[in-house]
Amino acid sequence: MESEAQGTGRRAIHAKALSIAVATGAYALSFGAISVSTGLDVWQTQALSLLMFTGASQFAFVGIVGAGGGLVAAVLTAWLLGARNSMYAVGLNPILRPRGVRRLVAAQTTIDESTAMALAHPEPVSNSRYAFWITGAWIYLLWNAGTLVGALSAKAIGDPSTLGLDAATAAALLALLWPRLVERQVWAVALAAAGVAIVLTPVLQPGLPVLAAAMVALLAGMLGGRIGGRNTSP
Amino acid sequence: MMWAAVLVASLGCFLEKYLGYLVPPAVLENRRTRRVFGLMPVALLSALVAVQTFATGMALELDARAAGLGMAIVALMLRAPFLAVVILAGVTAAGLRALGWAS
Repeated sequence: MESEAQGTGRRAIHAKALSIAVATGAYALSFGAISVSTGLDVWQTQALSLLMFTGASQFAFVGIVGAGGGLVAAVLTAWLLGARNSMYAVGLNPILRPRGVRRLVAAQTTIDESTAMALAHPEPVSNSRYAFWITGAWIYLLWNAGTLVGALSAKAIGDPSTLGLDAATAAALLALLWPRLVERQVWAVALAAAGVAIVLTPVLQPGLPVLAAAMVALLAGMLGGRIGGRNTSP
Repeated sequence: MMWAAVLVASLGCFLEKYLGYLVPPAVLENRRTRRVFGLMPVALLSALVAVQTFATGMALELDARAAGLGMAIVALMLRAPFLAVVILAGVTAAGLRALGWAS
């Protein structure tokens, strides 16, 4: 009986994982297209999806390169955006307890969606593990497939600005940000960071205004204790 | 150089994930630390959206990209799926340029 119930639970988890992966595959199509339009080649674009495998950092990296922001700023911004994955890993560690090679694979698969799925199915812990692994595996597959298709199609199409791919980049980043804008404090941080970046644009080299905006998160996180007492969970 | 940047950025992002499995959980028990980690993507993505929309090098410009972003905001408020948001923004900007109404 118990294993039967677990089986049904797993089928539901699997279906959910697959639907999330299909949606992120669509993100990947636009990532591949945008990346190639900003001047990376198809292999470099694919390497980002295979090796970096964390969407926001990938979009930021190619966005800054495309805006002429320089490679150092692109790398630093990608790292800063990826820092949240450390927090996810800390939370997942007691659930997954990965060792050796499994730890390497678990680390690479630690992203927004796999973490959310693992935490959404806490009981029993075997289901939580299953949710993490199946979500991570499907997303890894479809994220990379989508990237390849997007990159190859953009290469075939050509000029990014006539296609509006520059506007599409901003829209893609906004769509990544949108689900996080739930509390007043988060909105305040978002607007302040945008303001800082705009004000500093005429003063600093491209790429640096975005890094400067990271200070807003630092200050709000350190000082904003009383506002929105709950932390922003993964 | 591009390859070096791609690989260094990717390695760093992997290490961030990996190190999370090595540190004791107490490291992130501090509420301030958790808040900073949680708010960091918000600040960076928001700044990126602003720069991506209004900056050309070190100059600020109001052009077809802003219209594209406006369309994206409307689409997001209507709960459109991700790909629709991206395509609508792109088509809006491209359309305005094709008509010669915006640069």
